[in-house]
Amino acid sequence: MTAPAPPPQLDLDPRTVRTARALAERLGRPVVDIARTHTTVSVERATLRLAGLSGGDHERVPWVNHLVDEVRAQVGLEHGVTTPVWDALRRGEAPDLLTLAQKASAAAVSFRLPEGGDRTRARRAASAAVRPGLRRIDRQRAARERLVARHGDPEQRPWIYLIVATGDIYEDIPQAQAAARDGADVIAVIRSTGQSLLDYVPEGATREGFAGTYATQENFRLMRAALDEVSKELGRYIRLTNYASGLCMPEIAALAGLERLDMMLNDSMYGILFRDINPIRTFVDQRFSRQVHARAGIVINTGEDNYLTTADAVEAAHTVTVSQLMNEYFAKEAGLEDWQLGLGHAFEINPAVPDSFRMELAHALLARQLFPDAPLKWMPPTKHMTGDIFQGYLLDGFFNLAGAMTGQSILLVGMMTEAVVTPFLSDRGLALQNVRYVLNAAGGLTEDFRPPPDGFVQRRARQVLAESVDLLEQITSEPERAGSAPLLEAIADGTFGHMKRPADQGKGLEGVAVKAEAYDNPAITLMEADGWGGSA
Amino acid sequence: MSQVVRPYGDTTGDGMVQMSFTLPVPHDKRAEGAALQLAAKMGLAPAMLVHAAAMGEGHTFFVVYGSATHLVDMSAVEVVERDYPLLSPKDVNAAVKRSLRRPLVVVGACIGTDAHTVGIDAILNIKGFAGEKGLEYYSEIQVVNLGAQVLVPDLVERAREARADAVLVSQVVTQRDAHIHNTMQMSAAFREAYPAGEVPLLVVGGPRFDEGAAAELGVDRVFGRGTTPSEVASYLVHALGVRHPREPKKRTT
Repeated sequence: MTAPAPPPQLDLDPRTVRTARALAERLGRPVVDIARTHTTVSVERATLRLAGLSGGDHERVPWVNHLVDEVRAQVGLEHGVTTPVWDALRRGEAPDLLTLAQKASAAAVSFRLPEGGDRTRARRAASAAVRPGLRRIDRQRAARERLVARHGDPEQRPWIYLIVATGDIYEDIPQAQAAARDGADVIAVIRSTGQSLLDYVPEGATREGFAGTYATQENFRLMRAALDEVSKELGRYIRLTNYASGLCMPEIAALAGLERLDMMLNDSMYGILFRDINPIRTFVDQRFSRQVHARAGIVINTGEDNYLTTADAVEAAHTVTVSQLMNEYFAKEAGLEDWQLGLGHAFEINPAVPDSFRMELAHALLARQLFPDAPLKWMPPTKHMTGDIFQGYLLDGFFNLAGAMTGQSILLVGMMTEAVVTPFLSDRGLALQNVRYVLNAAGGLTEDFRPPPDGFVQRRARQVLAESVDLLEQITSEPERAGSAPLLEAIADGTFGHMKRPADQGKGLEGVAVKAEAYDNPAITLMEADGWGGSA
Repeated sequence: MSQVVRPYGDTTGDGMVQMSFTLPVPHDKRAEGAALQLAAKMGLAPAMLVHAAAMGEGHTFFVVYGSATHLVDMSAVEVVERDYPLLSPKDVNAAVKRSLRRPLVVVGACIGTDAHTVGIDAILNIKGFAGEKGLEYYSEIQVVNLGAQVLVPDLVERAREARADAVLVSQVVTQRDAHIHNTMQMSAAFREAYPAGEVPLLVVGGPRFDEGAAAELGVDRVFGRGTTPSEVASYLVHALGVRHPREPKKRTT
């Protein structure tokens, strides 16, 4: 597998591309304003985690939850929890943060909102407590850079991304190591179904999960250590992926930074649309989590593939582009750089549709050209995997071919048993064999594949781009209501993935608070002040 | 016609089947022998090992062809046959008008932790499935699709709010029989929340369900893989028609 030529070019009108980005910014800015003026229980808990608070009670309820809940009950969330917490520590309510949280869980601490000099001193103490957490994230980022330099990146593009999901971290580890030895470059540990709706992060090494393994700090640490071991053995740095989504997005992002995960699923709208999480909760949590990812040097993976599982992949192709543009805007606003934007797209056109493969090529090239410096994540067919595993294996081969021909960056390996069973060991082996064959046989096609200027592929790509601009314009012209934003109105109307999600509904709404004038969060202040790409 | 059949490879009666599996042993001659032993115990005689390859260090993947020694007795096959007539959307609409004299209200959801709406969407969304339009397309059916990861108490509440005639629940991705537990929990919750005899029709669907298990799960009907919207719609009007037999119109003069 030699380094392939740069991907083929499409004749897109640069003015249309600029218009699309300008519209995305116009749509995104009011949402960022909403994100900046609100906080959530999870943002506050993540800040406490950065200050080193971990562990939980005998029922595994984390101390960060106890502490935030108690502060909120006494003085509210709108000032941020750190000022009252470090004020309480300064007043000698407890000798340290952990003891304070334990006492708070028994309602044996009184919190107040300090004023004047007390407030200044409490904030200084909070900032000093959070700083080591950010330093540890910086050190982990430097460690990754060092290990990549030592072991090297994968030889080929796209990088091969493989999922393990047994529910048991001690079963996941040998499977992940075996997958790496078999050619995987990126290991994603799928989370237990339903974790996204837990309003707390479970603790410890876990062996019981449904269709996936719980994301916990200890599981992160164990898997990263196992992959470090196999990276050394293979002479190739194996990346680890998990999910910063759901109700605990900011906390999981913080834990990922602390434990040197390398990629995180982190979509701006996925939780809203597919988990029915409140839109404001999502955008607030997402901004904080992306700030942490930016700092940690983590590559985010967005979830545009999901739209195509509910909507038709031809009719809704432009909603993928629109979502990619929105994800790009929100990511950059939060400090992420192009190399960290693993924007998603997927091979989900019904194979019975004539020219389906040509359309897939057009869509894949469009994304490639709109985001030339982003490590695009190419997702395999799921919707039209019917249980006919033989047809499915062929479809995955075409998916791999489209990925190779259009220069995709990260290729999620498709399983022929998709939607049938959790993959067998042999399914994974056969799937990797499929990828290896296609990349080896056709990886160089980027050199030969030159879609003619007015051919089918070029026309289809231009059409999708034009439809994207139309949709963006249509959303921007939504009537604006006070405290809302056109994008939120569009989400409420079911524009994306046919899901209607009003801003005043959804899970986790009760965990959102409007920031008071005197709100303070030392983690946000430090991340915004230091800039990103923080040095160790 | 003979009631006994054997698998068909390329000749009647040859009994040929193919199968693939993995054994947790390194690939060597003993592993291949072990694969053939398994094939023999599964009733393949003679069995041919056509492919064996190492899957990592400690596993071997096999493809085996062989002639099945077992016979299938067609007269002993038990399936849930469709016990209602299959109607066109037009006929369904007419039947609803006739029996209910108002639109039939269907509330649909994926319950528990399942986030895969592909099943419920295939049945409910206008887009439909297998070339058939979904229930939203039917003018006399009012659809409330609650989407994924709906909690059972919420489902009951929304069903009451909407005065649902039928509740459709889909379970696609499941592990350790979660689909069965979820369904039993759901049916119990409905029976608790409604007076006897007024529980909406409870219908579950998904690829892992046994279509014959309705009674055991406490639901009215179970649909398996490949069910189409018109089958569901036809079933609903049939079942509701049985529940609400058309009363003779009173003649007032």
